Amino acid sequence: MTQPFLNMSPPVSDEIRKTTCYMCACRCGIDVHLKSGRVAYIEGNRDHPVNKGVLCAKGSAGIMQINAPSRLRAPLKRVGPRGSGAFVEISWEEALQTATDWMAPLRRTAPEKLAFFTGRDQSQSFTSLWAQAFGTPNYAAHGGFCSVNMAAAGIYTMGGSFWEFGQPDWEHTKLFLLFGVAEDHDSNPIKMGIGRLKARGARMIGINPIRTGYNAVADDWLGITPGTDGLLVLALVHELLKAGRIDLDYLARYTNAPVLVNGDAASDSHGLFLRDDAGKPLVIDRHTGALAAWDAPGIHPDLRATHVAQGITHRPVFHLIAERYLAPEHAPEAVAGQCGIPAPRIRALATEIAHVAFDQAIEIAHPWTDFRGERHQTMTGRPVSFHAMRGISAHSNGFQTCRALHLLQILLGAVETPGSFRFKPPYPKPATAHPTPHCTTNPDCPLPGPHLGYPQGPEHLALTPQGTPARIDKAFTWENPLSAHGLMHMVISNAHAGDPYRIDTLFMYMANMAWNSSMNTAGTMTMLTDRDAAGDYIIPRIIYSDAYASEMVAYADLILPDTTYLERHDCISLLDRPISEADMAADGVRWPVIEPDRDVRGFQSVLLDLGHRLELPGFVGPDGAPAYADYADYITRHQRRHGIGPLAGFRGDGSASGRGAPNPDQLARYIENGSFWVNHVPAEAAYFKPWNTAYQDWAVGMGFYDTPQPYLFQLYVEPLRKFQLAAEGIGPRQPPDHLRARIRETLDPLPLWYPPFEQAATGADAYPLHALTQRPMAMYHSWGSQNAWLRQIHGVNPLYVPTRVWDQHGFATGDWARLASPHGEITVPVALMAALNENTVWTWNAIGKRRGTWGLATDAPEAREGFLLNHLIHELLPPKGDGLRWSNSDPVTGQAAWFDLRVNIVRVAARDAALPAFPAVAAPPATRGPRA
Amino acid sequence: MTCLPASTQTRLGLVIDLDTCVGCHACVIACKGWNTENYGAPLSDQDPYGAAPSGTFLNRIHSYEVQPADKPAQIVHFPKSCLHCEDAPCVTVCPTGASYKRSEDGIVLVNEAACIGCGLCAWACPYGAREMDRAAGVMKKCTLCVDRIYNENLPEIDREPACVRTCPSGARHFGDLSDPESAVSQLVAARGGFDLMPEQGTKPTNKYLPPRLKDAPVDLAAMLMAPVADTPTGFLGWLDRALERLPGGAGAGGTETGRIATGGAGTGPRD
Repeated sequence: MTQPFLNMSPPVSDEIRKTTCYMCACRCGIDVHLKSGRVAYIEGNRDHPVNKGVLCAKGSAGIMQINAPSRLRAPLKRVGPRGSGAFVEISWEEALQTATDWMAPLRRTAPEKLAFFTGRDQSQSFTSLWAQAFGTPNYAAHGGFCSVNMAAAGIYTMGGSFWEFGQPDWEHTKLFLLFGVAEDHDSNPIKMGIGRLKARGARMIGINPIRTGYNAVADDWLGITPGTDGLLVLALVHELLKAGRIDLDYLARYTNAPVLVNGDAASDSHGLFLRDDAGKPLVIDRHTGALAAWDAPGIHPDLRATHVAQGITHRPVFHLIAERYLAPEHAPEAVAGQCGIPAPRIRALATEIAHVAFDQAIEIAHPWTDFRGERHQTMTGRPVSFHAMRGISAHSNGFQTCRALHLLQILLGAVETPGSFRFKPPYPKPATAHPTPHCTTNPDCPLPGPHLGYPQGPEHLALTPQGTPARIDKAFTWENPLSAHGLMHMVISNAHAGDPYRIDTLFMYMANMAWNSSMNTAGTMTMLTDRDAAGDYIIPRIIYSDAYASEMVAYADLILPDTTYLERHDCISLLDRPISEADMAADGVRWPVIEPDRDVRGFQSVLLDLGHRLELPGFVGPDGAPAYADYADYITRHQRRHGIGPLAGFRGDGSASGRGAPNPDQLARYIENGSFWVNHVPAEAAYFKPWNTAYQDWAVGMGFYDTPQPYLFQLYVEPLRKFQLAAEGIGPRQPPDHLRARIRETLDPLPLWYPPFEQAATGADAYPLHALTQRPMAMYHSWGSQNAWLRQIHGVNPLYVPTRVWDQHGFATGDWARLASPHGEITVPVALMAALNENTVWTWNAIGKRRGTWGLATDAPEAREGFLLNHLIHELLPPKGDGLRWSNSDPVTGQAAWFDLRVNIVRVAARDAALPAFPAVAAPPATRGPRA
Repeated sequence: MTCLPASTQTRLGLVIDLDTCVGCHACVIACKGWNTENYGAPLSDQDPYGAAPSGTFLNRIHSYEVQPADKPAQIVHFPKSCLHCEDAPCVTVCPTGASYKRSEDGIVLVNEAACIGCGLCAWACPYGAREMDRAAGVMKKCTLCVDRIYNENLPEIDREPACVRTCPSGARHFGDLSDPESAVSQLVAARGGFDLMPEQGTKPTNKYLPPRLKDAPVDLAAMLMAPVADTPTGFLGWLDRALERLPGGAGAGGTETGRIATGGAGTGPRD
């Protein structure tokens, strides 16, 4: 029979515009195909360093974001009560003047009365600069409820962490262990890496209470009890030490294991390092037996010898490690029950790790020179790699659990060696090379330095001269001294409580605090609408910027509508959250591949305008005109230091990388290059980066720092010990008495495990189950799961119940359950899941939507059956009867401890809608249903 | 009734690795995007922001739980689209000749101009791989991106189905299954690729690679880990001996840099 004629080469599109995705935080390169000026198709950019051509479901579905009915259309002014959603559209001039009229008086009198917090902001180096110029100490992004435990533990321990800081050596690793990674962070690179290592036949082990996503394809799965990863990891450490299966040479050369610690409990310096006159920590050289600065040329630091000075014995850190982790409490048998993993399985895991690290070590014939001047003929690799994320991070013991994981990696010599874990430029960068926090406010003055940083001791806390918290979120206080990303989850709660003080204007960007980005969602809505005795709102003014009609919109007084990611300029900067790979520095841009069809403006350009209107230093040109025409102009011309700008590529005459004068053609060069730029790490600098002179020199050339910064991995984190000393009564800055015991217990300079706080406070009897959330891969970090295609994949979110609990309660398909925590209860549909820790229930996060939001019909399944676990989680721990507000956060970093949640479950009659139900909010003017 | 070609010059199809598929739905949406703009009628959506959104997809992921008797439960992500069968019942059942199998490469297509939307083909397909588009009233199915794989307007490297190009974990492979030397045939041979529901007699072209054995006991015999010490004191004794074997130790050779002059004032004995 004849076949119909088929044109095998139809035209694909009129034009391809290459830009950067913003459907999540991966920031993949995308090819946007245009037909007749409209977006026709989006696919991955094959040349891009992050995704190398592939693209996830979100990325391809980005086309539906620019059609979404939830897009805001014009600036909005609230005309009804807060929370009602009653707005009128206003002009940009009125919106910007209103914002200026609200904020200018604050800057002239009390800059801290402005709290500026940005959520899924990818321009933090810019938004923080703006907040610094304004002079408020109250700035941070969303890291405090995301993964600050991971970031802080990594930076303090080894100068970098997972994801944006580093990655497994996908090409060489033979055993890959994935801890607490749901389906996210980071998205495409993890999938690509898993594909590559599986193609080579390498093994992968998933350690996670839930076996979905990446854990589903793992060769082995350990369905660990939530919050006990630290116990498991320290049991592995115990086993490795006991068998001597550790890399002594690596520990002696590259870590502070040989650094000498004051062992005199009566000394004011107990637990601090022995230092020379220049302040350098001291080791003993094995050749000479003499003390030497840690970085002295040619020395071989001794892990064994001790040193007595003035009657005080100083012992190497390594002794303290051996003592602590060889103790029987860290044996597999001692932790198996709590972890839910049999002791023989833990022992087998330790054995396998050691076998791969040492018996299958790899050797790369590449000579290199270390910072002590020693030339090495080869690079020895320990091909065991680790990756971890939220499941480790979002617990109140998360910081120390992350530290434990890094201890394990480092004992194996499995960081920055072939086959293990590799940093991505500009990392490695130790905590000491980062800023310390700045918080001093003065009327009409900028803040003296960056808000966020890495304190080295109590002297760097963000306290007022009276010793009270300087920041509204109480970051960098005795409650959480190392809160490097701030505590966005405490801002509204503290502002409402007037603790530590009241604010005037809350200014937020891309932060859905009235819904899935808050713990205690219903309480947050109440705090946002609460009034004082005079009838005024307790949080007087709220300004919010978003591109979509999210739940937060209804709770603001003034809305500054943002563009979608295809309609804006952005830079993905090395000064910010980089997109580099281990072998290259990389950055990139977004540019308006289409023009907005609404009266909206890119938020960063709006901030520049506001900066000019508020006369902020750096935002006003010499002639009084705006210093920058818009964000694109800022990206091109701003210099953070001489020759260092937001973008590292095509500087000067276009040929300079890293350092160079601003280049007016820079953005055009980026666009021409596919909207990204890369600069490869020299081969000699590929591994051992913290100690490799070739890498250090390259990094200085790139402008990451101005002089080489070699450093030792900090198995023992001395700044933590300084806080403990303060808690023991030593030093001029003293914690309040009620925090002394907790600081002594949790700010331990060596990794430890303690039970998650909520569990300790409520006990396992009343709330026997753990409750977790994760985002599905097709929606992870996606700003708006109202996407018409993605919601057909994930439109509902049942509570997944493990077989044991399902049978115990007699659940059947179609059933509903009431889930209660110490804080509240929800009634939700359930579904059976066997591949799940037997004491854990979970659901997809942020599928549930408030009725009336996101351009969805009020009877949309997301608004009917969809639900949040957030209603069960409080930002505070249950009251202890002391009248104090104890934050439900990690005591070291302030990370929101939303994975600590404990619940009980009861079968209830089936319903047609989840509880709690909230009244529908009125949709903003532009978003009432799809436009014709 | 419509006839199948007696033979095809090649047998183009997909090889899908169930060991590597993480269930991310990237292929589902890339397919939706490409095929909304290309071959035939767009893939429509009904009630996209409403109470019961539904739309046409040519490729969907199904996730199954497996509970072995003596091991932890597992999840298998199973992408499913048209398998471009040799004996395609969807073709032979078609009353108008709209459904056909290309003699060149074996791709099964629907000629939408001839499709009357009767739906017989969807009933005949044992895999449920066809979907009626509710807006266009014609049957939609995977085209193996026939408008990409030969398309001279695309760079050669991009002449593969959209789902294969986008798959982040590399779980999807495209090629000629009639050629035993092709990469996909080699993969099928090496990994025990199998036909879906062979008992249906459809002779599917697409193949699936099975998940590798999971949660298998680790053979520890080859990696024995004997304790060197049971106490911290014993450990330090072992450490003494072990350090001697390291660079700089008495039992090791020198290094390239010179040694520092000795002189250990102030340093105490090893305890």
